[in-house]
This record gives sequence, C-alpha cells and structure tokens, in this order.
Amino acid sequence: MSLPGPWYLGLAAALFGIGAIGLLIRRNVLIMFMCIELMLNAANLTFVTFARMLHDIGGQAVVFFVLVVAAAEVVVGLGIVVAIFRRRASATADDFHILKG
Amino acid sequence: MLHVAFLMPLLPLIGFVVLVPLGKRLGDPLAGWVGTAAVTGSFVAACVTFAGLQARPEAARQFTQTFFSWIGVGGLQVKAALVIDPLSMTMCLFVTGVSALIHLYSIGYMKGDREYTKFFIYLNLFVFSMLVLVLANNLLVTFVGWEGVGLCSYWLVAFWHERDSAASAGKKAFIYNRIGDAGFLVAMFLIFSKTGTLDYASVFAHRAALGGGGATAAGLLLLLAAAGKSAQIPLFNWLPDAMEGPTPVSALIHAATMVTAGVYLLCRVHPILALSPDGRWVIAGIGLATALVAATIACAQQDIKKVLAFSTVSQIGYMVLAVGTGAYVAAIFLMVAHAFYKGLLFLGAGSVIHSLHDEQDLKRMGGLARWLPWTFATFLVGWLAIAGVPPLAGFWSKGDVLANVYAKSPALWAVGLLTALLTAYYMSRLFFLAFTGDARWQQAVPQHPALAEPHESPWVMRLPLVVLSVLALLGGLLGLPWVHSFGLTGWLGPMFGPDLFTSHLSRGALVSLDVADGVVAVVGLSVAWRLWRRRADQPALEPAFLQRVWYWDDFYDAAIGRPGEALARFSATVIDTRVIDGAVNGVATLVRSVGSRVRRVQSGYVRNYALGIALGLAAIIAFIVSRTWWS
Repeated sequence: MSLPGPWYLGLAAALFGIGAIGLLIRRNVLIMFMCIELMLNAANLTFVTFARMLHDIGGQAVVFFVLVVAAAEVVVGLGIVVAIFRRRASATADDFHILKG
Repeated sequence: MLHVAFLMPLLPLIGFVVLVPLGKRLGDPLAGWVGTAAVTGSFVAACVTFAGLQARPEAARQFTQTFFSWIGVGGLQVKAALVIDPLSMTMCLFVTGVSALIHLYSIGYMKGDREYTKFFIYLNLFVFSMLVLVLANNLLVTFVGWEGVGLCSYWLVAFWHERDSAASAGKKAFIYNRIGDAGFLVAMFLIFSKTGTLDYASVFAHRAALGGGGATAAGLLLLLAAAGKSAQIPLFNWLPDAMEGPTPVSALIHAATMVTAGVYLLCRVHPILALSPDGRWVIAGIGLATALVAATIACAQQDIKKVLAFSTVSQIGYMVLAVGTGAYVAAIFLMVAHAFYKGLLFLGAGSVIHSLHDEQDLKRMGGLARWLPWTFATFLVGWLAIAGVPPLAGFWSKGDVLANVYAKSPALWAVGLLTALLTAYYMSRLFFLAFTGDARWQQAVPQHPALAEPHESPWVMRLPLVVLSVLALLGGLLGLPWVHSFGLTGWLGPMFGPDLFTSHLSRGALVSLDVADGVVAVVGLSVAWRLWRRRADQPALEPAFLQRVWYWDDFYDAAIGRPGEALARFSATVIDTRVIDGAVNGVATLVRSVGSRVRRVQSGYVRNYALGIALGLAAIIAFIVSRTWWS
C-alpha cells in the first residue's frame, strides 16, 4: 500500500522548488510568506521520509521543533506585515526598500 | 630594649596620620608641637635602642625585627624588616635628633604661614621615610624609603608653589632624583639576577656570584643613585635650586639627612664595593671633583642659602671621596659632624633671613652681629667648625677623611686640601658679609627699600641653635684620631673590617696632616678676613663663570634641554600631524571608500536578499556534491 520513499522525496523537492521560485518572483508579502511555509514543510516532509526509511525517530522529532519555530516566525512576520499595512495600504515587498544601505 | 626599635619609624608615621585629618583643627602652633613630639619620641626610642645595642657584645650587635612578608613571588622573597646594627643606629640617632631640633625650630620659623599644618605633615612623613630608608634590611625596602624622602623633598622644595621658581625647583629636584633612582633600580635588578636575593645579609653572603665586572657595574649604578640623591657630579644642580624651600627644610633635608642618604647607601653596600677597586677609584674621583667644583662655586654666590647649598654639595663630595678610599668610618663621622654644623648654619641663616624679613642677599646684610647676638654666637661656632678650625667638629672629621685619602693617594689628598682651603675661605666670606662691616640693609637702593630693624628670633628657634652649636663644638669627640677604643671608630669599625683604617700611617704623619689641615683653615680664614671684612662689592673675586655654576646648567640646557624641546616640537608638528593623524585619517578614508562601494549590495529589496541566499545555497550544494563525486 505504501509508496516507496523516493516518491516522497520527489514531492518534497517539487514543493521546495515551487516555494523557492515563488519567493523569488512574487512581490506580495503574504504570498512570499506562504512560499516560505511551503519550503519549511517540504523540509519537514523530507525529514519524516528519511525517518521512516532509516527507522530513526530522530527525524520526526526534529519536525516538531521546526513546526514550533515556524509558528513563532509566522507570528513575528505577520506582526511586521500588519504593522506595515497600518502605515500604507499595500503588501508589495519592494515598496519597503527604505532600509537599503 | 632592642624591641622598641619599631617605634622609631612608627612615631613619625603616627604624627603624620594624626595631622592629616586633625592638623587644620589643631592649627598654629599646636600642630607643630604634635609633629615635634612625634619626632622627639622617635629620638627617645632611638636612644633606648642604642642603649640596648650597646649592652650587647661587639660581635652580636645586629638585630633584625621582621614584621611581615611583603612580597613572595617564586625566588623573590622580600620581608618588611628592620635591621639594627651600629651603622643604622648611628644614622637613626642623628637623624631623629637633628629632626627633632629642626621641628622645634620650625614651630617658630613657620609661624603664621598659611600652610602651617601641611608643613609638619610633610616633615613627619619625611622623617618616617628617612628612617625606613636607614633601617631597611633589604634593598627594596630601602628603595621605598628612598622614594619617600624624594617625594617629601619635592613637596617641601615646592612648598611655596605659588612662586614659579619654587614650583620649578621642586620639579628639577624630582627629575634629577629620578635619574639616580633609575640607577638604583637597575642595580637592584642586577644584584637580584646574580645573587637571587635582595636581603643585604644574603646579598653579601653571595656576593662572589656578582663577579668583578658585576660588582663594578652594581657599584657604579649605586653611585649614580647616590649622585642623584646626594647631589654629586653630574647630578648636583638640583640642590642649589632646592633652596627655594623653607629654610628648616634646607637644614633638615638638604643638609643634614636626606642628601646624605646616598653616602649611607654606599656605606651599606661596602662589601660589594670591596670587590671592585676600579669602581672605588671612580667613586673617589667623583667625590673629589664634586667637592672641588662646588667649593669654587660657593666662593662667588650672593644668596646666603646658595653658598650653604654649594658648601653642602662640597662636603658630601668629601664623604663620597671617603667612601671611595674605603674610609667608611670617616665618611660617617663627617656625615654626623656635617649634620650638626651644617644644620646649625642653615638654621642660623634662617634666623638671619627671618630677622631681615626674607632678605637672602648677602650684599644686603652686614653688621648683624650687634642685632642678633644669639644667632651671631651660634653661627660663629658653625662657621669655625666647617672651616676646620681646631678643635671643633669639622677639623677632626675632615681631618679624618683627608688622612685616609693621603694614605690612599697623596695626589687626591692635595686636591682635597685645596678644597679645604676654599671651604675656609668661602665660609668666612659669608660670615663677614653677613655679620660684620656696614649694615647694608639700612641703605635703600632702587629695587629695595631700607629694611626695618632686625629682630632676634624667638626661643623655639634659638634653643635648637644653641644645642646644635654645642654639638658642633664637641662633635669631634666622636672620632679623635688617636683614640680607637670609644667613639665612632670603635663603634663602627667592626662592621667595616679592620683593613680599612689608616693604621699604616705613623703617628708623626697623622700629626703633620692635622697641622696642615689647621694651617689651611687659618689661611683661608685670614684671606677672607683681609678681602671681605670691610668691602662687600668685589666683582673681580666673583667671576661670572663661578656665579653661573661653571655654566653647568647652561650646558645641560644646550645639550639636553634644547634638543629635547626641538624633538618635542618636531613630534608635535610633524610626527603627530602627519604620521599619527595621517594613519588615523587614512584608516577612516579607507573604511569609508570601501563602505560606499559595498553599500550598494544592501539594496533594500527582499527578493535580492532571497536571490543571494538561493545562490549561496546552490553554491554550497554544488560544492558538497562535487566533493562527493570527486573524492
């Protein structure tokens, strides 16, 4: 019934690629956030896959940490996004380049 | 009874500690009395210790009192300890005794001074430091006292620091002393590196490890230290300037005690000097040259205190000469006698200055014998003592030195005798100018108004004068040449070894040497009597060469002062602005130009950063993959 491991790895790679490309080409901050989440979860999927393939619970344990850190990061990131929205009614990342050197 | 030795330095320290917070409240004159009491107590403790030491048999006259271990680092073990032996005991007795008298004198002399308490604070601290210097049982603790007296000397020379000349005289004294201190430090390093200890007794026990060259080097470095502290060539110039300090300071520090510390140090390390005949010749040469040069200068000075200052330099030159010839007992004898009569002369000069409302110019004195009978009588004793007229202290002590010098080298003796002639001459000149002839202070000249009638000093100032004049009169008893059983020879002799006496001079030679000394003194005195009794104005006898101290200061100014100033100016204008500022500014410019280029990377666009991360990641992966494939 279960698919072999490499399929999952392929899926994870595809998800990661979609996330990375999306992060690079999209300007909308919320979309970029979702792309980051996509990449994180692709990494999680890889961890879980390897945990099952190698019969090592360690990989699954790491996923918990990643989830927690990702949640925390989302909270901070969304907080920043909301703060920016209050000041100006757009969510385009390029508008915020006043922090340039 | 020896166990009260610690009270000698402790009591002046207590005086100091009490006066620092309470001095202002005690005020004038109570603070002075407290300071005097502390030092007098110290003198009593010294007498008790002396009695205890004398009660012991000759061979056992050494006693060490250890308080605590001060430094213990590996091989370096330094204890805070006092050593009582005939040498340090002799020093302590006359240091505390003369100090007590001068403290008493200062109560009168400093009366009404704004910084009255501060004066006694410094003076008590000085006596403490001097006793630490004298009593220390190792080189490092001696050095602590050595620095302490130097510091107090600086404070007291610059006591009236509102005057520019006093402030710079203080600095001059300090800097000249520092040069000598450097010699002391290097000598300590050398001795420690060779013998592994700084304790006098152990150093002397291991002195063979120094070797001949090491002993000469150590001896000469200690001579440099002594030259700084005791104002010998080439570092003597500070002492005349130090006369800017109050006169009791000149008497105590710059005549009786501190300036003899160098001679004491050389006597203390005599076992090291014994290893180095060459070094001893250098010491003798320096001492004799200083004695002669300073005596010639003293013949032409106008300021009463400067004459006495150069006379002090000259007399210490005699002491150093005695050390160089190996006549340590004679050096100490002259030191003690000198403390009596030079202290007396300075205090007498102070009394004269006091009575004439701070007039120090000999050409504005004269005829004071009638107005200041006490000062006149005591000064007379001091004058005859230093001139070497028998049977006063100066005759015997100087005669002892000269006899030893004759035994070593008649040529040196001849120069020494010439110096004795000059000594008798310039001291008589001073005496006649101050106390006989016309009362020139009555004549008003353009810069100076006529002075009011001089007044004799109060009893607190007269009493020390009387006591010191008695000591100057009878001080010769300490070392009569044909008596070896009592006096300093019997007391100190065992410390320095029997081979140092002039025992190979015959009785007849000794007597003729003494007669020569006496004749020379009388000749110098009568020459001055002919020349200076009536006339005060004789430019031919006061050449500029002597008045300007052989152009010695001008030489230092030209050789060291001006090049140093030019170097400083060069550093300020060229090195500082171009090299140092250039380096700093260059770094700043470099950082800024690099930054202005690199800042473009920081574009502010999130996608640029993301692209950077992605490319970096790709590069890392490519690197890992390539490593895996090609390994």
